[in-house]
Amino acid sequence: MLLYTWLTDWRTYTDSREFTVPALLCKHMFSSLHRRLSTMSHTVPPVLSVVPSRALVDEKFRVLVENLPPGAPVTLHSLHQSEDKDYWEAYGHYISDERGAVSVADDLSFGGTYTGKEAMGLLWSMRPVPGSRDALRLRKSDVCTPLLVNISVYSGHVTEGFREQTPLASSITERWYMAPGVQRIVLKDKGVGGTLFIPPGPGPFPGVLDMWGGGGGLVEYRAALLASHGYVSLALQYLDPNALKSADLEYEYFERAFNIVKEHPQVIPDRVGCLGLSLGANITMSLAAESNVVKPRCGVCIGGGHLFGRLTNLKDWMNRIPEGLPVDENNHERWRSVCLPIPEDPSLKLEVGKIKCPMLLVNGLDDQNWAAVECADDIAKMMRAAGKEHLLTRLHYPDAGHLIEPPYSPHFRASKFKKVTTKRIVILLWGGQTKPHADAQEDAWNKILSFLQQHLYSNTTPKARM
Amino acid sequence: MAMQDGDECNAELEASNGQSTNQWVTSWMDRKCCVKLSVQPSRGLVDEKFIILVRKVFPGFQLTIQALHTCDHGHSWEAFSHYTANATGTVNVSEDPSLGGTYSGVEPMGLLWSLRPVPGSKPGLRMKKINVQTPMVVKISVYQGHQTEGLVDQVPLAGVVVERWYMAPGVVRIPITEERLSATLFLPSGPGPFPGILDLWGGAGKLVEYRSALLASHGFAAMTLAYLSPKVVRETGKMVDDTYFEKAYGVLERHPQILSSRIAMLGFSIGASVTLRMAVYSQVIKLRCAVCISGIHVQPIDRPVVQVLSYFNDDAKTQVTKENHVISRNWVLPITKDPSLKVDVGRLQCPLLLVVGEDDQNMAAQESALDMKEMMERAGNSHLLTVLLYPNTGHLIEPPFTPFVRFSNFRSVKLPQMGMALLGGEVVAHSRAQEDAWRKTLNFLKESLYGGTDSLSRL
Repeated sequence: MLLYTWLTDWRTYTDSREFTVPALLCKHMFSSLHRRLSTMSHTVPPVLSVVPSRALVDEKFRVLVENLPPGAPVTLHSLHQSEDKDYWEAYGHYISDERGAVSVADDLSFGGTYTGKEAMGLLWSMRPVPGSRDALRLRKSDVCTPLLVNISVYSGHVTEGFREQTPLASSITERWYMAPGVQRIVLKDKGVGGTLFIPPGPGPFPGVLDMWGGGGGLVEYRAALLASHGYVSLALQYLDPNALKSADLEYEYFERAFNIVKEHPQVIPDRVGCLGLSLGANITMSLAAESNVVKPRCGVCIGGGHLFGRLTNLKDWMNRIPEGLPVDENNHERWRSVCLPIPEDPSLKLEVGKIKCPMLLVNGLDDQNWAAVECADDIAKMMRAAGKEHLLTRLHYPDAGHLIEPPYSPHFRASKFKKVTTKRIVILLWGGQTKPHADAQEDAWNKILSFLQQHLYSNTTPKARM
Repeated sequence: MAMQDGDECNAELEASNGQSTNQWVTSWMDRKCCVKLSVQPSRGLVDEKFIILVRKVFPGFQLTIQALHTCDHGHSWEAFSHYTANATGTVNVSEDPSLGGTYSGVEPMGLLWSLRPVPGSKPGLRMKKINVQTPMVVKISVYQGHQTEGLVDQVPLAGVVVERWYMAPGVVRIPITEERLSATLFLPSGPGPFPGILDLWGGAGKLVEYRSALLASHGFAAMTLAYLSPKVVRETGKMVDDTYFEKAYGVLERHPQILSSRIAMLGFSIGASVTLRMAVYSQVIKLRCAVCISGIHVQPIDRPVVQVLSYFNDDAKTQVTKENHVISRNWVLPITKDPSLKVDVGRLQCPLLLVVGEDDQNMAAQESALDMKEMMERAGNSHLLTVLLYPNTGHLIEPPFTPFVRFSNFRSVKLPQMGMALLGGEVVAHSRAQEDAWRKTLNFLKESLYGGTDSLSRL
């Protein structure tokens, strides 16, 4: 109860950034704490620090606790309240050293939601607290404010009931999708829905068309993060789960979106790439292979494939996902088999042999939503036959699932999904095991940034290196 | 200017053979596009260092890095420096020397502490953050060539925005008005309880919050107190006396999130004089330790301490420089032998840290520190004393990387009209002193307030 009251305080802090409480009210709120501590009023608590306290979501931090007794068992705990008001937490069990310090980046966790030496375990191993709603997914909608995580240290090796105990110390850390100076511009009257993110500085910059999957809606955070790394990025909305009509979208919608990025005054027109996940990856592949209108400089495809031919319209594509799909022991739908076996008939596949730009394929070997690895193998075969295999780089991560997101975001094996065509809410199985999936996210993001840097920022082209 | 795949290679080759305008423009765009400027961290506390990196320029490329800031008062501040890229086409401000500009040599934070008002600004400006809940925003840009002026008319090669915060996430700001005090309390993030600090500024008069906000970001519950012209003075027309400070101490002592036995005082300038008096004479205030920055122990003990400067004002001893800046350090010199006119620091019972600039032209802090040392040696408590004496350092010793000012507008208690006080110091030495003093002050506070015989680690 006490912790919850205290947590409400910092939510007020986040809402208004101005938080004034008369000293007397403070006293009332903490009177029980005072009573409990009055016998310990001469005891100094340990000091917990998170450095940096404000960082981008893909940056590492160092969590340090000092002033503990030496050799003390303690629990490091993280708590986050999502925009949907669910609580997510993670924790690790540590033992302080002879100076009474614990360094999460250097010491080992002996239990909890992660073990071993894991500097960022308090983030990527988060899961909904006991008693939460089912099948949750953690996503930030408002990218202009930071994700707030409360890091605490508790006495002893605690596994439950964090809310009922008072920690020894705690600190709030901010995780940002937008670097300072990044501009956010909602597209209007362009015939295309989405949000543009522009890096600070005069430019011009390379551009990226950023696309999510069949869940639809407008998801901005990855595009915001790309802009924080120096790319003008368009988070594209192309499927509205509440508007069936949006599935009637024609292919040229995506070409128009690409050109909006290309023609932006702060974008270098011949340095625009595409990045997509799931259905967005399919669209990326399609633009690279078959568009006569746009020429992506490079493409990143996460958990996607090359099936169902050229996307004439999305509704057509969505309708190919049949009803009555297999479920696992938890009644979670596995869509993996929808595209298996990979057809031989080329008319059922994108003409990937026509791809002219470098492509990076990122896939989890435990992807239960799409047979992306099998697709990738087939794509490689087709491109080899066309003499284009040198353009392809494949990253395959063992025990990683379908949703390979920016690093340190929590993993969940399944979550709720609203099908655009039928409006039915199902629980989809994405796959992956937490630790390998977290590693895959971290490694893949570094490699994606490196790939984009090489092909959109550097002077050398693959041709020049042959 | 759209290019197909092959043209880029050709453009590079032709660049070395002499080139058409079109290709030169293209390769300029490529070069411009390539320049990568980064500042890590992009959001930091004001006392944290950052690393500025410029990458992907040509080896040997000459460039200018500029910092621009608009302060809360609306004035523009600028700093710039000249660098030459190394063989890998990189400039690392933390490792490479500046060859000129508002600072030179290897200075990782030079772009902040060498900020000065842009040409044409009013003289005597001082950078002070009024709203501590928003960050100080600095634009860092890279320009081609070694330039000294006219940067505002040019397009930079790259630019980023950096935020510098006084408040760490989770620090809570609480205005305090009880007992007719004018104060603001900053509590660190977390359940506490925390050691407390009563934080006193100097002759500026108004409530200055940024140092307390920063102290709270380091784990201390810090309360900044206005005492020269707070509300109660304006309402009653009377100067505050010692009970005002004791009431403030009482607020800290009674606060449920503050450890009553671990309260310190930190004072700057006149605030330091108050701190010394309270530490020695107050029956109510029991300090765990005290920090005095640029202060003096000379004061009329039987009068309100806020009258310390006006008591000693002596026109005959006032010096005025040829720029019309007032030097007031001599008012208290030579240091008196009269015990009723100085704090008897021989009776001090807690550790004391004195931070002093040798070139302080506003107060005779160095002479005062020497006298205090002698008094404490005679009394046998000099083991409590630590003196940090910084060469070429002036009066206004602020948290690190704050821009240096050698003189400033002030309206003193004594001089009702605005004048310019000479504060002293030389920019490089003074900036080094600020950085070193802050680190040592935090360590001193941590040891005294977080350490000691009843800390958790000894249980």
